[in-house]
Formats: sequence, structure tokens, C-alpha cells
Amino acid sequence: MKRFFLGFALVSLVLAGVVSYFASADPDGLDYVTEEHGIAEHARDHPLGGGPLADYAVGGDDRLTGVAGVVGVLVVLSVAFGLFRLLRKRTPKA
Amino acid sequence: MSEPVAMHMSDGLLNAPTSLLFVAIAVVGVGVALVKARGDLDDRTAPLAGLVAAFVFATQMLNFPVLPGVSGHLLGGALAAILVGPWVGALCVTIVLVVQSLFFADGGVTALGANVTNMALVGTAVGFAVAVALRGLARRGKGGLAAVAFVSALVNTVLASFGFVVEYAIGGQGGVGFGTVAVAILGVHVLIGIGEGLITAATVTAVAAVRPDLVHLLRGVPQKLELK
Repeated sequence: MKRFFLGFALVSLVLAGVVSYFASADPDGLDYVTEEHGIAEHARDHPLGGGPLADYAVGGDDRLTGVAGVVGVLVVLSVAFGLFRLLRKRTPKA
Repeated sequence: MSEPVAMHMSDGLLNAPTSLLFVAIAVVGVGVALVKARGDLDDRTAPLAGLVAAFVFATQMLNFPVLPGVSGHLLGGALAAILVGPWVGALCVTIVLVVQSLFFADGGVTALGANVTNMALVGTAVGFAVAVALRGLARRGKGGLAAVAFVSALVNTVLASFGFVVEYAIGGQGGVGFGTVAVAILGVHVLIGIGEGLITAATVTAVAAVRPDLVHLLRGVPQKLELK
């Protein structure tokens, strides 16, 4: 049981921390279509675009995408574990 | 607009009333999921659900090429729904989208309602509906499960992207016609959906090979089922 969960977490950390360097830098389908048709001209800058992790970099440094990814995995894990712990049905203690 | 791994609708693509409408829809949908998710979460499934959310975050960073100059990435609704059920799955994807928007400036803040509606609600619901419709096939073994995961993920991607088309038709900026947007968005998302299907099939069968008891879609399947 524990090994399965640790393995799953490790896979996510490696994907976000290492494999992310090999991701395509081309716009995704939505961005591509909105750019092609002039819709993206209406896009506003993100209000939190100056944040330390904005655009999956660290302080604007793209070379640290993997670090941003690992931080992201840990943040999502913490938020999700917290929420799902709160929501779960407790096993009644005997 | 040239970020290395940018995704999701930015602020400003939809007008304010439309953005607000989809914030309201997202709040109601996520609220229902919060209530219903309780029934699917216990001491065994809650940790898996947390890991599914983290896995969806990680894979959403991995844009794969679909056409020259165009990439796509996993949305994760069908993946999450098959592993942890539709209600918990919708919450997993919502957490990912909120963290992406607030920490990584990926996906607008006023667009969060529309993005949650498309990827966390529509994608997850549709992916799960397809998976349940094909559940008999999924229970026949590894190949069947992989096929069901692939198809439900493909449909999840296409219909989630259609959510954008609908939102754009209601209140999009730029005055591009419904048909033009629909053809362009759906065409490219069929290709992205094939990638989504492959990743989902690989992930679901990997989990089922080790812990079939934890796969929501396989609940009630006799444990003698050999998925290796």
C-alpha cells in the first residue's frame, strides 16, 4: 500500500521536475486557435503574472521550470490531501 | 503569450457577464461535487485522490506536439473520474486549475469559472459517463480497460474544448463566427484527445495492474479478475 502511494508521488515529481524540460514550447490548441483568429488580442495580462512562479519559472528564470514543477506538485498534494482528509468519512473508532 | 507551458483561457477572451455566468456555474458545480465527494472518500481512497490531483498537475505541464507549431496537454477529467469517481475527480481537476491560476499565472482569474466548467466539470462528467457506458468492456481485462480509458478521455477532451466554443458564442470578444471557432477548436482537440487517450489508458492500466481495488470504475469487480 505505502509503496504504491510513494511510487505514484515519485512519478508525478519526476514528470514535473524532469520530463517538463522536454515539453513542447508551441502554443496549445486553445492558444493557437485564439491567436490565429485574433481573439487572443483581447487577452489581458494575468493579474498575478509578476508572481515568483509565474509561467512555471522561478523569478522569471525558465531554466528552473523543473523546480517550479516540483513546488507545484507539492502545493497541489498539500491542498488536495488537506481537502480530501477533511471530506472523507472517518472510520469510527471502537 | 509566448510562455513555454501556458494553457487555459486567459482573462479578457470572454466579456464580463459571460465570465461571471460561468463563475456561478462553476461554484454550483464544485459545491455539488464537494457534497457528493464525501460518499467516495474514505481512509483508503483519500490519499489516492490527492495523488491523482498531483499527477494531473504534473502531466498538464507536458505539452506534446499535435501539429507543426501546435501542442496539447492532458486535461485529466476522464483519468481522474475513472480512478477516483466523478465527484472527487472534478475536485482534483479544480484544485489543479486554481493552483495553476494563482501560483503560476496559468489561466486567467476571471476566466477560472469558464476553465473549471470546461475541464473540471464538463470533461470529468463526460469522461465518466462514457466510461460507465462502456464499463462491461472495462471489466473484461487490461485491453478492455485501456480501450475504455482511451475513448472516454478522447470524448472528455473534445467536449471540454466545445465548452469554450459555447462560452465564446455566448460572450466572446473579437466577433469570430461560431462555426469558424467550432471547426478550428474541435479539429485540433480531436488530435489532442488522442494524446489524452493514450496517456489516460497507460495511467489507468498501470494503476489497475497494481491496485485494481482502488480503481473507482472497477468497483464491485471480483478480485479474481486478472489485469496483468
